[in-house]
Amino acid sequence: MKNTNEMELIFESRSVNEGFARVAVASFMTQLNPTLEEVADVKTAVSEAVTNAIIHGYERDVQKIWIRCRMEDAVLYIEVEDRGIGIADVEQAMQPLFTTRPELERSGMGFSFMEAFMDEIKVESEPGKGTVVKMQKKIGKGRELWSTQSL
Amino acid sequence: MRYQVQENCLTIFLPKELDHHNAEKIRKKSDRLIQKHHIKCVIFDFEETNFMDSSGIGVIMGRYRTIYLLGGEVWAVNTNERMKKILTMSGVTKIIQIYEEEEV
Repeated sequence: MKNTNEMELIFESRSVNEGFARVAVASFMTQLNPTLEEVADVKTAVSEAVTNAIIHGYERDVQKIWIRCRMEDAVLYIEVEDRGIGIADVEQAMQPLFTTRPELERSGMGFSFMEAFMDEIKVESEPGKGTVVKMQKKIGKGRELWSTQSL
Repeated sequence: MRYQVQENCLTIFLPKELDHHNAEKIRKKSDRLIQKHHIKCVIFDFEETNFMDSSGIGVIMGRYRTIYLLGGEVWAVNTNERMKKILTMSGVTKIIQIYEEEEV
């Protein structure tokens, strides 16, 4: 049987909650005994997804954002959902440097960072309905190289 | 957040976490200072900073655009390994300088 655990967060799309969201996910994942770098990677990815929901999904209107986290053995699954405007062309939105909001100094690197720091990312979106970003990352990859048996 | 102006150089002492929430404040305040003091050089001091996402990169790129037009330079100082990684990944290291203090 697999070792599993789950949590769900619902919070308002205020920028002050970006810090709360990434720290909450980081503290949930400590059960997997991650390295500092893995925690930093996940925090960055969560921050990007939540910022996207606030700025683009809700266009700064205050509504709810959902984060669902699940761990299955050493794999952490994260979903960030908004029920905002949605994305008409997901492929285009995920292009590096593409942004619909240059006036807000968006660098267009949000999805690139999520892709770089997580193992997998999938974006499901429908205009007028909202967006779900699904990400996963295996925690503790390669750490067995340093177990006592190999020393 | 602290800001220091010395002649035409502005140093921005960045907060612990540089995300979208903090980025907007820094953008507004620093643009006001750049205009008021005819700034030609912007230094981002990462001494206290241990988290940055793409919103932080947006702030740096935005300041670079302004300063570049004025013929100035943008620097990053006191960057830890994580910050260096984010800066390098984003490509901004091609347009800004990272100041490294020599190990004694």
